[in-house]
Amino acid sequence: MFSRAYRAAITLPPLLWVAAFLLIPYALLFCYSFWSVSPEQAIVHSWNLDNYRELFRVNVYLQTLFRSMWIAARVTIFALLLGYPLAYFLSFHAGKRKDLLYQLVIIPLWVSYLVRAYAWKTILGSDGVLNTLLQYVHLTKHPLEFLLYSPFAVVLTLTHIYTPFTFLPIYASLEHIPRNLVEASHDLGASPFQTFWRVIFPLSIPGVLAGATFAFVLSLGDFLAPLLLGGPSGIMISNIVVSLFGAAYNWPLGAAISLCMLVLVIGLLFLSENLEKKWSFR
Amino acid sequence: MSAGSRAARESRWLPWHAIAVFAFLYLPIVTLIVYSFNGQGVGGFPPRNLTLDWYRMLFADDAIWASVLNSLLVALVAVAIALVFGIPAALALDRANFPGKAAFRRLVLLPLILPGIITGLSLLMLFRQTDVKLSLVTIVLGHGTALISVATTEVFAGLQKLDRAQEEASLDLGANYWQTFWRVTIPNLRLSIIGAALLIFTLSMDEIAVSFFLIGRDNTLPLEIWGRLRRGITPEINAISSIIFVFSLVAIVTWYRLRVGAEGQPEIAAELLET
Repeated sequence: MFSRAYRAAITLPPLLWVAAFLLIPYALLFCYSFWSVSPEQAIVHSWNLDNYRELFRVNVYLQTLFRSMWIAARVTIFALLLGYPLAYFLSFHAGKRKDLLYQLVIIPLWVSYLVRAYAWKTILGSDGVLNTLLQYVHLTKHPLEFLLYSPFAVVLTLTHIYTPFTFLPIYASLEHIPRNLVEASHDLGASPFQTFWRVIFPLSIPGVLAGATFAFVLSLGDFLAPLLLGGPSGIMISNIVVSLFGAAYNWPLGAAISLCMLVLVIGLLFLSENLEKKWSFR
Repeated sequence: MSAGSRAARESRWLPWHAIAVFAFLYLPIVTLIVYSFNGQGVGGFPPRNLTLDWYRMLFADDAIWASVLNSLLVALVAVAIALVFGIPAALALDRANFPGKAAFRRLVLLPLILPGIITGLSLLMLFRQTDVKLSLVTIVLGHGTALISVATTEVFAGLQKLDRAQEEASLDLGANYWQTFWRVTIPNLRLSIIGAALLIFTLSMDEIAVSFFLIGRDNTLPLEIWGRLRRGITPEINAISSIIFVFSLVAIVTWYRLRVGAEGQPEIAAELLET
């Protein structure tokens, strides 16, 4: 029903724009990672693998990458532990309040990221709200120093930020489960426990995978929460990239690290997509 | 144990878990707002000497308001760019076939799933290679491009509900494609488009990871706040954050109502994962 000209008119402008401002930049990232910096701080366009060798030679890069993955993994687990039961409660037990509660979950999702990270800073600091509260009720005599400027603070803040992200796809997958399947399981004598583990949970796995991927990927690449709350022990891989693009001035090495991140992220997305398909009964 | 009592036990701990999660989600927001009225600064329990001084200070702070103005400007242009390219992109994904369509879809959606630092850095390299000076314009280009993904997913979701018979009728009755697009397609997608615009506006106002790398001399609001956080914190930041919170709240609730109106309960991210 749509003419060739119509299809060209809706396809070409976005295609060209996206090519110019997404495809070419990502390709440039790839190119930069094979270039180098001269002592006069100019970018040298000679192709070599030095940046990647450097990456594997200097321990701090891989160590920080693994620490970031470990932080992201903890965030993912906590976000699932908070998000899944909440999604299940909303979908199966919330009754008429479902709609209101759903809105209550998505509101923090769109509230400024920076504002929420900052709020945690004011809560966790050594004269922050939590420490002064603990001293006020005489639970502690001195401020607890490990609360702020630690991986703990980063994990807590990122969990706070990505729990609603994790909740959303899980909730969507739970909502898509035909209720007569659940009823059939009850009618055939399964206990609620069995119904959950043998009917509901398997059907919600695509949502769990999607939510976990979101939480892991987005927290893996975060650099603002570690800068604000992480302290020296909470440094993540993106912080190294930021410093390489700033004071340390080595864009090509920064590009190489970013490209490794990009490959890791795309690999994860690909893996989770395939697993989702495998578990998808729709 | 009987099935019934287990069900009862399950429904007993689930509400408590939900309450705990909501408390966790809202604790920082509530703290932020309460301490924006605290005379003693950002910490210290209990809050005391309630005051509006921080708001007064905020309203006299020209640098903040200049950055608010910059952010509004950036967000408006970003909405325009994202819609101008995102609506056709959604239409193309819905009704055109072209080589590389699957790759195109993935590429458009990538900035939504990718950590902002990667998109920000890649654009920084583009602007450096082409000798474009960093300014609000580069931030606008970054936001607009990254948020095409939001426009595309929202409008694509709206298109799934659209009855194509109306467009067919319009074409059969002699309207050309251009007229049909403006008089039938766009009005039918109205709610999705307004919803997308609201969402893009809010996200752009708050965006920091991409802006961080593309900033020139003029700050956007989040970067202005970021700069101050590095220097030390005052409840003035709580005050501006509380105001932003109220505005995002209004935007989000409005967006939600529009989406419910357009297609029942909205599922952010759900259709993204299904594409």
